[in-house]
Amino acid sequence: MATKQTDYQQHFSSQELPVVLVNRLPSFRLPSKPPFIDNLLPHFHLLDPHDAPEPYDSFLSRHAHSIRALITVGPTPVTAEFLNLLPCLGLIVGTSAGLDHIDLPACRSRGIAVTNASSAFSEDVADCAVGLLIDVLRRISAADRFVRGQMWPVKKEYPLGFKLGGKRVGIVGLGSIGSEIAKRLSAFNCSIAYNSRKKKPSVPFPFYANVSDLAANSDVLILCCALTEETTHIINKDVMIALGKQGLIINVGRGSLIDEKVLVQCLVRGEIGGAGLDVFENEPNVPKELLGLDNVVLSPHCAVMTPESFEALLQLTVANLKAFFSNKPLLSVVSNE
Amino acid sequence: MESIGVLMACPMNSYLEHELEKRFNLFRFWTVPEKSAFLATNKNSIRAVVGNSSAGADAELIEALPKLEIVASFSVGLDKIDLAKCKEKGIRVTNTPDVLTDDVADLAIGLMLAVLRKLCESDRYVRSGKWKKGDYKLTTKFTGKRVGIIGLGRIGMAVAKRAEAFSCPISYYSRTEKPEIKYKYYPSVVELAANCDILVVACLLTEETLHIVNREVIDALGPKGVVINVGRGPHVDEPELVSALVERRLGGAGLDVFEHEPEVPEELFGLDNVVLLPHVGSATVETRQAMADLVIGNLEAHFLNKPLLTPVV
Repeated sequence: MATKQTDYQQHFSSQELPVVLVNRLPSFRLPSKPPFIDNLLPHFHLLDPHDAPEPYDSFLSRHAHSIRALITVGPTPVTAEFLNLLPCLGLIVGTSAGLDHIDLPACRSRGIAVTNASSAFSEDVADCAVGLLIDVLRRISAADRFVRGQMWPVKKEYPLGFKLGGKRVGIVGLGSIGSEIAKRLSAFNCSIAYNSRKKKPSVPFPFYANVSDLAANSDVLILCCALTEETTHIINKDVMIALGKQGLIINVGRGSLIDEKVLVQCLVRGEIGGAGLDVFENEPNVPKELLGLDNVVLSPHCAVMTPESFEALLQLTVANLKAFFSNKPLLSVVSNE
Repeated sequence: MESIGVLMACPMNSYLEHELEKRFNLFRFWTVPEKSAFLATNKNSIRAVVGNSSAGADAELIEALPKLEIVASFSVGLDKIDLAKCKEKGIRVTNTPDVLTDDVADLAIGLMLAVLRKLCESDRYVRSGKWKKGDYKLTTKFTGKRVGIIGLGRIGMAVAKRAEAFSCPISYYSRTEKPEIKYKYYPSVVELAANCDILVVACLLTEETLHIVNREVIDALGPKGVVINVGRGPHVDEPELVSALVERRLGGAGLDVFEHEPEVPEELFGLDNVVLLPHVGSATVETRQAMADLVIGNLEAHFLNKPLLTPVV
C-alpha cells in the first residue's frame, strides 16, 4: 500500500494533488462509513462549494479551470448547463449504479467520461432481487407477519406459495447486476432469458428484442436496467398483460421503469400475480393500495445498503480517479452503446 | 379398494383428502370426538395411516390397529412414526423424498437473505410509513458468507448448490465424512459452528440429532452468527436459542420450525434479527400436489401388490 502511494505521489507533490470537485445537493454528503473524505484527502485536493464561505457560483467560477474531475454524490444532478461552467472537465465519477440524474448525451458530446458504481453494488443488488423474488413466491414477509400476529395457533394453516424451481425468469437489462442475478437464479433451476439494448453474443441465454415478448415468455420479470428516456415506463399495461395473472415483477432498477399507476391497478385487480419492489416513482412515497397487499414485498430503496457495498464504492471511486489522473483506463466507465 | 380403511392423522391437504376419499374408505381422525372408542370400533377395517410432520403413527396407535399394513407419510421426516415398531410388525412405511427438496432448499436461502438483509423488517418499515422520516439502516451482505450445513443429504446438498451461486464457501457436519464431496468436513457441530457465519439445520430428526444445536454450538457461532432451521423444531434447544437472541449472543435466526408448533416463543416477536415462518418448507401448490400424488401412488402400489414408490421400511 505504501509503495503504491509513493508511486502515485511521484506524479503529484502535496501542493499539486489533482483537484476533484465534490458535486452534491446540500442535503447529501459522501458516506462517513467508511469515511470517504478521509480516504480521498491523501490523494486528491477536494473542493466542496457547499463547505466554502464564498457563494456557490463565485467559488465554482474561481476554480473552474483547475477542475478536471468531479464526484457526483447520490442523485445530485449533472446538467448540460452545469457542464458549461466546467470547461476542463474530463471525468464524472458517479456514486450510484443508476445514472439517470446525469445528462449523458451532454457528457458524450463534450468528451467527458462517466463512471458508475454498478460493479461495487452488483452482488448486493442481485442478492436483494433474489431475496425479494423468493419472498414474494414463498410469502416469507407475509408469513412472518402471520406468525408475529399470533395467527398461527388460530388459523392453523397458511396459504400455499409457489415453487421457484422451473420458473422462467426474464431479466430486463443484462449488465453487471443482471448477470449476477442470472448466475444466482440458474442454481435454483430457473430458466433465464433477457432483454437488453443489444443482443450479447457471448451470453448463453435467449434474447428478446422486445420487452413484451420477453414478458409473454416469462413467469417473472426482473428489472435492473438503466433509466433513460427509452426505458421510462418500459413496463406498461401491455407488458403486464403479456406477463399474465401469475406473473411477478421484481424491480431493483428505478421506480419509473414501471408505469406505477397501472402496476397498482393490475395488482389490486389480480391481473398480475405479485411484485417485489425496492424502488418507486416518487420515493419515499409508496402507493397506499400496496400497503395492504400480501402478494407484494416492499423495500425502502436499500438494495445497495451494506457496509461492504460502501467499502467497494470507496475503492472504486479512488481507483477510477487515480486511473484518470494517471492516464490509465477507467475501471467502470459507462459505454455509449 | 373402496372398502379399505385409511386413517388420516390430521388435516394436511384438501387435494389429498379428496383423492383418498375417491379410492378408499377415509377416516378423518381429527373429527373423531372419542378416539379410543373410534379405534375400538374401526380397528379391523383400518389398513393404512396417512401422517405428516405433525402427527403420524406412534406405538400406541400402531398397537390399536391390528390390521395396519402401511403408514404413508406426507413428509420426508419420519420423527412422528415409530419406525422400530413398524419394522417389528412388518408394517411398511413410505415418505415423500425428492419432490420437496428444491422447495425446502429455496426456503433456506430465502430465510438467509431475509435475515441478513432484513427484508421482512424493511417491508414493515415501509408499510408503517417510517420511510417518509428517513432511510432504513444498513444490513449485512449475504454473498460470500460461510455457510455450514448440518446434514448433507438431499436437502443439504441442494442448499449447498444454491449458496455456491452466491460465492458462499460451504462446510458441513454429517455422521460420516463424504470423501467424494468437495466441501470442507467438520467432525463436530461445534467446530462447524465456529467456522461458519450461517449454520443450517438440514438433517433428519432422530434421538441422536435432538438438540443438535445447543448452547455450546450457539456460543461457537457467536454474536454475528445466524441459525437457519428448516429441519424440525427439536433440532434446536429452543429456550437456549431464544435467550441467545434476546441477549444478542447470537446474531440472528431464520426459523421455519419450532419445538411446539404452532406455539412460537413470544420473546421472538419483538426482535428485528429473526424471521419466523409457520412450517412452510414444502408449502407450494406444485410440491404439495406432487407429495399427495406420491402418497396416493404408494398406497395404490401397496394394495395392488406392486413395489412401493418411496419405501423407508
